[in-house]
Amino acid sequence: MTNEILIAGFGGQGVLFAGKCLAYEGLEENKQVSWLPSYGPEMRGGTASCGVIISDEPVGSPIVSKPTILIAMNLPSLDRYEKDTVSGGKIFVDSSLIAREVERKDVDAFYIPATRLANELGTPTLANMIILGKMIKETGLVTLESATEAMKHVVSAKRASLLEANIKALQTGYNY
Amino acid sequence: MSNKVLMKGNEAIAEAAIKAGCRHYFGYPITPQTEIAAYMAKRMPKIGGTFLQAESEVSAINMVYGVAGAGYRVMTSSSSPGISLKQEGISYIAGADLPALIVNVQRGGPGLGGIQPSQSDYFQATKGGGHGDYRLIVVAPASVQEMADLTIKSFDLSDKYRVPAMLLADGTLGQMMEPVSLPDIEVKEVEKPWAVRGTKGERKHNIVNSLYLNPEKLEQTNFERYERYAEIEKNEVMYEEFMMEDAQYCVVSFGIASRISKNAVVEARKQGIKVGLIRPITLWPFPKAVLKKAAETVKGFISVELSMGQMIEDVKLAIDCSRPVVLCNRTGGMIPSPEQVLESIKNMAKEVK
Repeated sequence: MTNEILIAGFGGQGVLFAGKCLAYEGLEENKQVSWLPSYGPEMRGGTASCGVIISDEPVGSPIVSKPTILIAMNLPSLDRYEKDTVSGGKIFVDSSLIAREVERKDVDAFYIPATRLANELGTPTLANMIILGKMIKETGLVTLESATEAMKHVVSAKRASLLEANIKALQTGYNY
Repeated sequence: MSNKVLMKGNEAIAEAAIKAGCRHYFGYPITPQTEIAAYMAKRMPKIGGTFLQAESEVSAINMVYGVAGAGYRVMTSSSSPGISLKQEGISYIAGADLPALIVNVQRGGPGLGGIQPSQSDYFQATKGGGHGDYRLIVVAPASVQEMADLTIKSFDLSDKYRVPAMLLADGTLGQMMEPVSLPDIEVKEVEKPWAVRGTKGERKHNIVNSLYLNPEKLEQTNFERYERYAEIEKNEVMYEEFMMEDAQYCVVSFGIASRISKNAVVEARKQGIKVGLIRPITLWPFPKAVLKKAAETVKGFISVELSMGQMIEDVKLAIDCSRPVVLCNRTGGMIPSPEQVLESIKNMAKEVK
């Protein structure tokens, strides 16, 4: 079983970080994983994306060109990658920032107002973790326990308060 | 959870170099390899090493020349345009028979080119980007783990043969993260009686130089060096064979291209095409013997490259052009898809019976 996840949004939304967490979550479950960012001259406000592969087999090409799971955190990302998503794939949309619905009928679409929920939690930068939590719930890709455990590898121990906030955001998305 | 951590390829190179006993790094930032310099800048001061951002790539490689002459493990890293700037220094290091590691995380060219991944420095790396009769040991990792393992291996080989080594990666491998295990290794201290570290008045001084105005002497020196190159060709070839047992067609690719190719090979097998893959891990010495042997049973070869076709020349040479060899490629920072490689395999299976 191989899952190819594409996470895309504006630079600054924590798209690369969410991907890194996800890769660690796969690692936590002893899966084969890879994480590949788009890299370029973009910075905050530009577009950012990363491809994560979680597989039972060794990962061949790390390039995610046909995602089985798409997380779109802004409209340009949905516009660009909706058509690339495989038939039967799953698309997760931050509905606070994206007004339109997924047009494809051959994929499962999930909507979560991640940015609004993050603001309500008082951690406006953690919409990425909220949408990640929702994705984990709906796909069963990894367990919430693995995801929580993985977070400890990604957020340094020196920043315990951030760790707590990240886990809370993850749970909020998971339980939404 | 395993004892593995997620690291970027660039970071894995840097940490592996430190584990291999490298305490001297000289470089100049350039995308997509800057994480190597950044990692060294953070780590080296803490372990009593040297990190120095030189004023240019030319300067950095000459600092490498100096430390290599003193007999210490030393490295530099850059990406394609920066590696071009280093060529004069690399030729001098080769001419002075010094060990050193040069890392090239390739990007599209020529000229300033772009910043996306490429393999178009194959000629430069394997055929001598600088002047004169010389070779580099050239290794091509295909995973983050290999970025680390081959860094360590390169230092060892370079010391053993007194030949500079180049680790030839690309922007994808530099930027991607994968699980990597970096155990502590025992650094093999190599005797370096030739090193220029001061005589303490106890022996005649050593000379490290690449200037030989007497042509007979220069010829002899080159002859002697080529004897070592012959040893390397005999002993140090590395490659991977994938699904080659009963293969009728053979994909040849290295680095990131080999991973894309593997996906295509697996898919082609599902469709009933007997195809395998040979992945050169050392680009010099090139795995000629395994390709020549494959040519006895394989009907045709496909060279998959992120260039306009450079390694394909070595594939043809290795098999004495005894079988058709076609190119499947993208260039300029574009990456072929597994579908494109699969298409190429299917075409060959149709046309070469």
